[in-house]
Amino acid sequence: MTHFSNEERLGVLLRLLRPAPAGWVRAAQELPAARRTFDEIVARAEADIAFRKALLADLEHALTAEGYEPDRRVLDEIRVRLTND
Amino acid sequence: MSTYSALPDGDLVRACRAGDADAWNELVERFSRYVYAIAVRGFRLSEEDAEDVFQDVFTRIYLRLDTLRDDSAVRPWIAQLTRRRCLDALSSKGREMSADEDTLMAEESADLTDVEEAFAVREALGGLSDNCQDILDRFFAQDQSYRTIAAELEIPSGTIASRIARCLARLKEQLEGRNQGPERSRG
Repeated sequence: MTHFSNEERLGVLLRLLRPAPAGWVRAAQELPAARRTFDEIVARAEADIAFRKALLADLEHALTAEGYEPDRRVLDEIRVRLTND
Repeated sequence: MSTYSALPDGDLVRACRAGDADAWNELVERFSRYVYAIAVRGFRLSEEDAEDVFQDVFTRIYLRLDTLRDDSAVRPWIAQLTRRRCLDALSSKGREMSADEDTLMAEESADLTDVEEAFAVREALGGLSDNCQDILDRFFAQDQSYRTIAAELEIPSGTIASRIARCLARLKEQLEGRNQGPERSRG
Protein backbone atom coordinates (compact mmCIF):
# COMPACT_ATOMS: atom_id res chain seq x y z
CA MET A 1 0.00 0.00 0.00
CA THR A 2 1.30 3.41 -0.88
CA HIS A 3 2.08 5.88 1.88
CA PHE A 4 1.84 9.51 1.02
CA SER A 5 4.45 10.75 3.41
CA ASN A 6 4.70 14.36 2.41
CA GLU A 7 2.74 17.14 0.81
CA GLU A 8 5.39 17.67 -1.85
CA ARG A 9 4.81 14.17 -3.22
CA LEU A 10 1.05 14.77 -3.16
CA GLY A 11 1.59 17.88 -5.24
CA VAL A 12 3.58 15.89 -7.80
CA LEU A 13 0.82 13.29 -8.04
CA LEU A 14 -1.92 15.91 -8.32
CA ARG A 15 -0.02 17.45 -11.24
CA LEU A 16 0.02 14.10 -13.04
CA LEU A 17 -3.71 13.93 -13.65
CA ARG A 18 -4.21 17.06 -15.70
CA PRO A 19 -7.50 17.64 -17.44
CA ALA A 20 -7.65 16.16 -20.92
CA PRO A 21 -8.36 18.79 -23.58
CA ALA A 22 -12.00 19.85 -23.27
CA GLY A 23 -12.74 19.05 -26.94
CA TRP A 24 -11.58 15.45 -26.49
CA VAL A 25 -13.78 14.99 -23.45
CA ARG A 26 -16.77 16.51 -25.20
CA ALA A 27 -16.26 14.26 -28.26
CA ALA A 28 -16.09 11.19 -26.02
CA GLN A 29 -19.24 12.28 -24.21
CA GLU A 30 -21.02 12.67 -27.52
CA LEU A 31 -20.11 9.12 -28.57
CA PRO A 32 -23.57 7.63 -27.97
CA ALA A 33 -25.11 10.20 -30.34
CA ALA A 34 -22.32 9.65 -32.87
CA ARG A 35 -22.88 5.89 -32.74
CA ARG A 36 -26.60 6.36 -33.33
CA THR A 37 -25.78 8.47 -36.40
CA PHE A 38 -23.35 5.80 -37.60
CA ASP A 39 -25.89 3.01 -37.16
CA GLU A 40 -28.58 5.03 -38.90
CA ILE A 41 -26.36 5.82 -41.90
CA VAL A 42 -25.18 2.24 -42.25
CA ALA A 43 -28.76 0.92 -42.02
CA ARG A 44 -29.87 3.39 -44.68
CA ALA A 45 -26.96 2.47 -46.93
CA GLU A 46 -27.89 -1.20 -46.63
CA ALA A 47 -31.53 -0.54 -47.49
CA ASP A 48 -31.14 2.18 -50.12
CA ILE A 49 -28.89 1.39 -53.08
CA ALA A 50 -28.93 4.95 -54.43
CA PHE A 51 -27.85 6.32 -51.05
CA ARG A 52 -25.11 3.74 -50.83
CA LYS A 53 -23.84 4.65 -54.30
CA ALA A 54 -23.83 8.34 -53.36
CA LEU A 55 -21.86 7.54 -50.21
CA LEU A 56 -19.31 5.52 -52.14
CA ALA A 57 -18.94 8.28 -54.73
CA ASP A 58 -18.41 11.14 -52.25
CA LEU A 59 -19.01 10.25 -48.63
CA GLU A 60 -18.74 13.68 -47.04
CA HIS A 61 -20.77 15.43 -49.71
CA ALA A 62 -23.51 12.80 -49.64
CA LEU A 63 -23.82 12.96 -45.87
CA THR A 64 -23.81 16.75 -45.75
CA ALA A 65 -26.50 16.80 -48.44
CA GLU A 66 -28.62 14.53 -46.26
CA GLY A 67 -28.18 16.74 -43.20
CA TYR A 68 -25.66 14.59 -41.32
CA GLU A 69 -22.66 16.15 -39.65
CA PRO A 70 -20.54 13.18 -38.62
CA ASP A 71 -17.05 13.73 -37.22
CA ARG A 72 -13.85 12.39 -38.75
CA ARG A 73 -13.88 9.12 -36.83
CA VAL A 74 -17.43 8.28 -37.82
CA LEU A 75 -16.57 9.11 -41.44
CA ASP A 76 -13.56 6.79 -41.28
CA GLU A 77 -15.68 4.00 -39.81
CA ILE A 78 -18.40 4.39 -42.41
CA ARG A 79 -15.78 4.36 -45.16
CA VAL A 80 -14.32 1.12 -43.81
CA ARG A 81 -17.76 -0.40 -43.35
CA LEU A 82 -18.89 0.46 -46.89
CA THR A 83 -15.75 -0.84 -48.54
CA ASN A 84 -15.85 -4.06 -46.53
CA ASP A 85 -19.50 -4.82 -47.31
CA MET B 1 -21.31 18.19 -8.47
CA SER B 2 -23.73 15.89 -10.32
CA THR B 3 -25.72 13.10 -8.69
CA TYR B 4 -23.63 10.68 -10.66
CA SER B 5 -20.27 11.88 -9.40
CA ALA B 6 -20.92 10.16 -6.05
CA LEU B 7 -21.87 6.83 -7.63
CA PRO B 8 -19.45 3.95 -7.12
CA ASP B 9 -17.85 2.69 -10.33
CA GLY B 10 -20.00 -0.44 -10.50
CA ASP B 11 -23.29 1.48 -10.25
CA LEU B 12 -22.08 3.99 -12.81
CA VAL B 13 -21.24 1.21 -15.27
CA ARG B 14 -24.68 -0.35 -14.80
CA ALA B 15 -26.33 3.01 -15.46
CA CYS B 16 -24.23 3.48 -18.61
CA ARG B 17 -25.18 0.03 -19.81
CA ALA B 18 -28.85 0.94 -19.33
CA GLY B 19 -28.32 3.83 -21.78
CA ASP B 20 -28.25 6.67 -19.24
CA ALA B 21 -26.58 9.59 -21.05
CA ASP B 22 -25.72 11.46 -17.84
CA ALA B 23 -24.01 8.36 -16.47
CA TRP B 24 -21.93 8.09 -19.63
CA ASN B 25 -20.94 11.77 -19.30
CA GLU B 26 -19.81 11.09 -15.75
CA LEU B 27 -17.87 7.97 -16.74
CA VAL B 28 -15.97 9.96 -19.37
CA GLU B 29 -15.39 12.78 -16.88
CA ARG B 30 -14.22 10.36 -14.18
CA PHE B 31 -11.68 8.54 -16.33
CA SER B 32 -10.67 11.14 -18.92
CA ARG B 33 -7.67 12.40 -16.92
CA TYR B 34 -6.59 8.83 -16.24
CA VAL B 35 -6.65 7.76 -19.91
CA TYR B 36 -4.94 11.01 -20.90
CA ALA B 37 -2.21 10.56 -18.28
CA ILE B 38 -1.50 6.97 -19.31
CA ALA B 39 -1.13 8.03 -22.95
CA VAL B 40 0.83 11.22 -22.42
CA ARG B 41 2.76 10.57 -19.20
CA GLY B 42 2.96 6.80 -19.20
CA PHE B 43 3.69 6.24 -22.88
CA ARG B 44 4.75 9.74 -23.87
CA LEU B 45 2.61 9.81 -26.96
CA SER B 46 2.39 12.99 -29.00
CA GLU B 47 -0.82 14.99 -28.55
CA GLU B 48 -2.01 13.81 -31.96
CA ASP B 49 -1.48 10.13 -31.16
CA ALA B 50 -2.84 10.62 -27.65
CA GLU B 51 -6.05 12.07 -29.08
CA ASP B 52 -6.52 9.04 -31.35
CA VAL B 53 -5.89 6.70 -28.43
CA PHE B 54 -8.19 8.69 -26.17
CA GLN B 55 -11.14 8.60 -28.57
CA ASP B 56 -10.53 5.00 -29.51
CA VAL B 57 -10.39 3.89 -25.88
CA PHE B 58 -13.71 5.57 -25.07
CA THR B 59 -15.27 4.11 -28.21
CA ARG B 60 -14.15 0.64 -27.13
CA ILE B 61 -15.43 1.23 -23.61
CA TYR B 62 -18.80 2.29 -25.00
CA LEU B 63 -19.08 -0.62 -27.42
CA ARG B 64 -17.73 -3.30 -25.09
CA LEU B 65 -19.26 -2.33 -21.77
CA ASP B 66 -21.43 -5.44 -21.98
CA THR B 67 -18.34 -7.65 -21.97
CA LEU B 68 -17.08 -6.35 -18.62
CA ARG B 69 -17.45 -9.22 -16.15
CA ASP B 70 -17.04 -7.25 -12.95
CA ASP B 71 -18.56 -3.78 -13.13
CA SER B 72 -16.54 -2.55 -10.18
CA ALA B 73 -13.33 -3.46 -12.02
CA VAL B 74 -13.90 -0.87 -14.71
CA ARG B 75 -10.74 1.10 -13.88
CA PRO B 76 -8.24 -1.75 -14.39
CA TRP B 77 -10.16 -2.68 -17.54
CA ILE B 78 -9.84 0.87 -18.86
CA ALA B 79 -6.16 0.90 -17.93
CA GLN B 80 -5.61 -2.32 -19.85
CA LEU B 81 -7.50 -1.05 -22.91
CA THR B 82 -5.49 2.17 -22.84
CA ARG B 83 -2.11 0.47 -22.42
CA ARG B 84 -2.84 -1.91 -25.30
CA ARG B 85 -3.95 0.90 -27.54
CA CYS B 86 -0.85 2.96 -26.64
CA LEU B 87 1.40 0.02 -27.50
CA ASP B 88 -0.42 -0.34 -30.84
CA ALA B 89 0.12 3.36 -31.52
CA LEU B 90 3.81 3.07 -30.75
CA SER B 91 4.34 -0.03 -32.84
CA SER B 92 2.43 1.40 -35.79
CA LYS B 93 4.72 4.41 -35.71
CA GLY B 94 7.78 2.17 -35.45
CA ARG B 95 8.93 4.47 -32.71
CA GLU B 96 12.64 5.18 -32.80
CA MET B 97 14.28 4.31 -29.54
CA SER B 98 16.55 7.04 -28.29
CA ALA B 99 17.87 4.82 -25.52
CA ASP B 100 18.07 1.17 -24.75
CA GLU B 101 14.54 -0.24 -25.08
CA ASP B 102 14.64 -1.98 -21.71
CA THR B 103 15.54 1.26 -19.98
CA LEU B 104 12.76 3.05 -21.78
CA MET B 105 10.20 0.41 -20.86
CA ALA B 106 11.34 0.53 -17.25
CA GLU B 107 10.87 4.31 -17.23
CA GLU B 108 7.40 3.98 -18.72
CA SER B 109 6.46 1.38 -16.19
CA ALA B 110 7.61 3.69 -13.37
CA ASP B 111 5.50 6.49 -14.82
CA LEU B 112 2.50 4.18 -15.05
CA THR B 113 2.91 3.34 -11.38
CA ASP B 114 2.85 7.05 -10.63
CA VAL B 115 -0.35 7.42 -12.68
CA GLU B 116 -1.98 4.69 -10.58
CA GLU B 117 -0.90 6.47 -7.39
CA ALA B 118 -2.15 9.74 -8.80
CA PHE B 119 -5.56 8.21 -9.41
CA ALA B 120 -5.73 7.06 -5.80
CA VAL B 121 -4.90 10.61 -4.72
CA ARG B 122 -7.56 11.97 -7.05
CA GLU B 123 -10.15 9.63 -5.54
CA ALA B 124 -9.17 10.76 -2.05
CA LEU B 125 -9.49 14.36 -3.21
CA GLY B 126 -13.17 13.62 -3.79
CA GLY B 127 -13.54 13.18 -0.02
CA LEU B 128 -12.52 16.78 0.71
CA SER B 129 -14.74 19.86 0.67
CA ASP B 130 -15.61 21.34 -2.72
CA ASN B 131 -13.44 24.37 -1.89
CA CYS B 132 -10.40 22.21 -1.20
CA GLN B 133 -10.96 20.10 -4.32
CA ASP B 134 -11.26 23.21 -6.40
CA ILE B 135 -8.23 25.06 -5.09
CA LEU B 136 -5.91 22.02 -5.22
CA ASP B 137 -7.03 21.14 -8.74
CA ARG B 138 -6.62 24.70 -9.97
CA PHE B 139 -3.15 25.09 -8.47
CA PHE B 140 -1.64 21.68 -9.22
CA ALA B 141 -3.49 20.17 -12.18
CA GLN B 142 -4.41 23.33 -14.02
CA ASP B 143 -1.26 25.32 -13.19
CA GLN B 144 -3.24 28.41 -12.24
CA SER B 145 -1.33 31.20 -10.48
CA TYR B 146 -2.26 32.53 -7.04
CA ARG B 147 -3.53 35.67 -8.78
CA THR B 148 -5.82 33.75 -11.15
CA ILE B 149 -7.16 31.53 -8.37
CA ALA B 150 -7.80 34.56 -6.17
CA ALA B 151 -9.59 36.40 -8.97
CA GLU B 152 -11.74 33.44 -10.04
CA LEU B 153 -12.68 32.33 -6.54
CA GLU B 154 -12.94 35.91 -5.25
CA ILE B 155 -10.67 35.35 -2.26
CA PRO B 156 -7.62 37.37 -1.15
CA SER B 157 -4.48 36.18 -2.96
CA GLY B 158 -2.54 36.41 0.31
CA THR B 159 -4.56 33.51 1.69
CA ILE B 160 -4.05 31.11 -1.24
CA ALA B 161 -0.78 29.55 -0.04
CA SER B 162 -2.16 28.84 3.42
CA ARG B 163 -5.40 27.43 1.97
CA ILE B 164 -3.40 25.10 -0.30
CA ALA B 165 -1.25 23.96 2.62
CA ARG B 166 -4.34 23.30 4.74
CA CYS B 167 -6.07 21.37 1.98
CA LEU B 168 -2.95 19.30 1.27
CA ALA B 169 -2.74 18.41 4.95
CA ARG B 170 -6.39 17.28 4.84
CA LEU B 171 -5.72 15.28 1.71
CA LYS B 172 -2.82 13.57 3.40
CA GLU B 173 -5.03 12.71 6.39
CA GLN B 174 -7.65 11.37 4.03
CA LEU B 175 -5.13 9.10 2.34
CA GLU B 176 -3.63 7.95 5.60
CA GLY B 177 -7.13 7.11 6.82
CA ARG B 178 -7.66 5.01 3.72
CA ASN B 179 -4.38 3.19 4.17
CA GLN B 180 -5.02 2.42 7.82
CA GLY B 181 -8.70 1.61 7.82
CA PRO B 182 -10.79 -0.60 5.57
CA GLU B 183 -10.35 0.48 1.99
CA ARG B 184 -13.09 2.83 0.90
CA SER B 185 -13.62 1.92 -2.69
CA ARG B 186 -15.88 3.75 -5.06
CA GLY B 187 -16.26 0.57 -6.96
